[in-house]
Amino acid sequence: MNKTWNNKAWWMVVPVVLLVAFSAIIPLMTVVNYAFQDTFGNNEFYWVGIEWFEDLMESDRFFDALQRNILFSCIILAIEVPLGIMIALSLPKSGWKVNVYLVLMALPLLIPWNVVGTIWQVFSRTDIGLLGNTLVSLGFDYNYTRDVLDAWITIVAMDVWHWTSLVVLLSYSGLVAIPEAYFQAARIDGASKWATFRYIQLPKMRGVLTIAILLRFMDSFKIYTEPMVLTGGGPGNSTTFMSIDLVKMAIGQFDLGPAAAMSLVYFMIILLICYAFFTVVTNMDKAETKTGGAS
Amino acid sequence: MAKIVLENLAHAYGDNPQQESDYALKRINYVWNDGEACALLGPSGCGKTTLLNIISGLLEPSEGRVYFDDTDVTHVPTKDKNIAQVFQFPVVYDTMTVAQNLAFPLVNRGFDQAKIILRVEEILDLLDLRHMANMKAKGLTADQKQKISLGRGLVRQDVNAVLFDEPLTVIDPLMKWELRSQLRALQKKVGQTMIYVTHDQIEALTFADRIAVMLDGAILQFGTPKELFERPSHTFVGYFIGSPGMNFFPCEIKDSTATVVGQNIDLKDSYGAPIGKLELGIRPEFVSLHERAHQSDGLPVVVESVEHLGRNKIVRLLAGESKFSALLSERTQIPKDPVAQFDANRICIYQDSFILEGEAQP
Repeated sequence: MNKTWNNKAWWMVVPVVLLVAFSAIIPLMTVVNYAFQDTFGNNEFYWVGIEWFEDLMESDRFFDALQRNILFSCIILAIEVPLGIMIALSLPKSGWKVNVYLVLMALPLLIPWNVVGTIWQVFSRTDIGLLGNTLVSLGFDYNYTRDVLDAWITIVAMDVWHWTSLVVLLSYSGLVAIPEAYFQAARIDGASKWATFRYIQLPKMRGVLTIAILLRFMDSFKIYTEPMVLTGGGPGNSTTFMSIDLVKMAIGQFDLGPAAAMSLVYFMIILLICYAFFTVVTNMDKAETKTGGAS
Repeated sequence: MAKIVLENLAHAYGDNPQQESDYALKRINYVWNDGEACALLGPSGCGKTTLLNIISGLLEPSEGRVYFDDTDVTHVPTKDKNIAQVFQFPVVYDTMTVAQNLAFPLVNRGFDQAKIILRVEEILDLLDLRHMANMKAKGLTADQKQKISLGRGLVRQDVNAVLFDEPLTVIDPLMKWELRSQLRALQKKVGQTMIYVTHDQIEALTFADRIAVMLDGAILQFGTPKELFERPSHTFVGYFIGSPGMNFFPCEIKDSTATVVGQNIDLKDSYGAPIGKLELGIRPEFVSLHERAHQSDGLPVVVESVEHLGRNKIVRLLAGESKFSALLSERTQIPKDPVAQFDANRICIYQDSFILEGEAQP
C-alpha cells in the first residue's frame, strides 16, 4: 500500500508555536542570554560562562532568601490546607446558603495582590489600623515594621486570608462529588465522624487536594507583591523573599546577569519541587490500583 | 435478629404532602417475622428503596412507626439500629485492604481483636475472597468490590436484620446464581432476618420465603411464591410475576359463568352479579389448546407467533381483540384450527384490578 505523504498539516501548528514562542520561549531565552553574560549598558555584552551561577551558589543572601521562601510555603500550606478542609467539611451540601458562603469566600480571591497588601498594610498599622491599634490597645507589643515575628505573623495571616478560600473551593468540589451511598454505608457500618473523614472523604479528596497543594505551593513560593507592599522586605531583610531580592538585584542594583542567573535557578527550584510532588502522588495512585498494593 | 413491624408507615419526600400522589410510600402495615427471608419486588420507582432506607434508619418516615420486636425504633439513629445494609452499587473503602474493609463494621463497634480476625476469615472463605485478602480494595473490579460490600453486610452476626438493595446488579449472571444461592443457604443456616429488594422476579422467587410486591408506594400482596403464582391479589402481581405474566380478559360475570369474547366459560365459584371493571385472569401455564373439530366449547383463537424456550414454548394467541399467551410443552403439537380452554380451578376474577373472592358452589 502506498501512502501519500503530505506534510502541509504541519502548518496548522504554526499559530501555537508562534504564541508559545512569544509568550514563553523568547522571553525565557533572553533571560538565559543575560545569565551567561555581563553588560555595562550600550547593548555591549561580555561572555562570563557560569560565573554568575558560581557566585549565586556562594551567596548567603540567596540561600537566606531561599530558606525564607521554603519556611513561608511550609507555614502557609500547614495552615491553609487543614483549615480549608475543615471549612469545606462544615459547609452544608446543598441549599441557597451554600451559594452565599461560596461567593463570600471567593471575594478575597478576586482582590488584586497589591490591593491586598495595601489593605493589610493599613489594617495592621499601630496608629490607625484596626488590627494593629486594637492589639496595641490590648497591651500586646505589636509592630510589624519593627519586630521580625510580628512581620511574619502579619504576612502569614494576610496570605491565609487571601488564599484559604481556594483550598475551600477545591475541597468542597471534591466533597460534593462523593456519592451519597458512601455516607449511608458509613452510617450502617457505624463509622465515627473521624473514620468517615479518614476513610471516605480524605481519600476521595486526594485529587483536588493535590491540585490545591500544588497551586498554593507555586503561588506562595513566588510571592512578591503582598509582602513588598506590606513590609517592603523588612524589617532588615527578614521578609525579603527570593522574588523581592530578585527585583532589588535586577532593578535596584541593575545587576542583570546575576539576577538572570537567579531567575533561572528560582524557576528550576519551583519546577523541580512541583514535579517531584506530582510524581510521588501519581505513583502512589498507580501503586495502589495496578499491583493491588499488597501490604 | 428481630421481628420487624411497620405500623401505618408512610413517607413523602416533599415537606408538606397534600394528596396521595405526594407520598413515595402509602400507609403500610406489615410484619416481617424473625428469621424470615423476604423480598421486596417491584418496578423502579415503586418505593422499595425508600422502605428499605426507613427500616435501616437512613430515612426518617413522615408518618407511622417502625418496631424491632416490641421496641419503637422509628427515630433511633442508623448506628444504634444495628442493621446491615448492602447497596446497589459497590461501596468500598479505597485505602483499606479487603480484609480491613470486612473488619471495618466490627472495628467501629469495638469488637474484640481476636473475634474480628476469626469472623473476617469466615467471611473471606464464604465469599471466596481469601486470595485477595491483603489487596487494596481500590484496584478491584466492580463485582469483586460488590462482594466486599456483601461481606461487610454479613460480617456482623448480632444484627437485627440484613437489608439488600438490589445487591447483585453489577455482578455477572453466572456469579449471580452462585451468590444468591450462597446467601440463601447462609440465611437458612444462620436464621437472620433478611430483606432483599429487587425488580427481578427470579431473584425474589429464588431467594425469599415471602415476597412483597410493590407498586406506586403500596404493597399489593405479601405472600409466598406459591400464593403469588396461584392467586395474585392484584392484576399487577399477576402480570409482574411469572414469565410470561398472567393473561387478562375483560369479561362479564353472572353467578358462575364468565363471558369472554362472546364465549361462556364455567367458573368454579359463584360471584353473583359484580359491577365495575371485571377481568378474568389465567396463567399461560393453565391454557390448553385443542383441535376445534374435537372440542366445540373452547375459545376460538388464531396463533400469532411461537417462541421456543427449549423445554417449553410460548404461543402468542389472538381471540377477538384480546391478545394472550399459552405456555406449552415443546412436545405438544399446536392444532391446525385451535380453540383455547382454561383450567377452571386456576381462573381468578378481578374487580377493578383487585381479586374478587367467589362463593364455593354446592
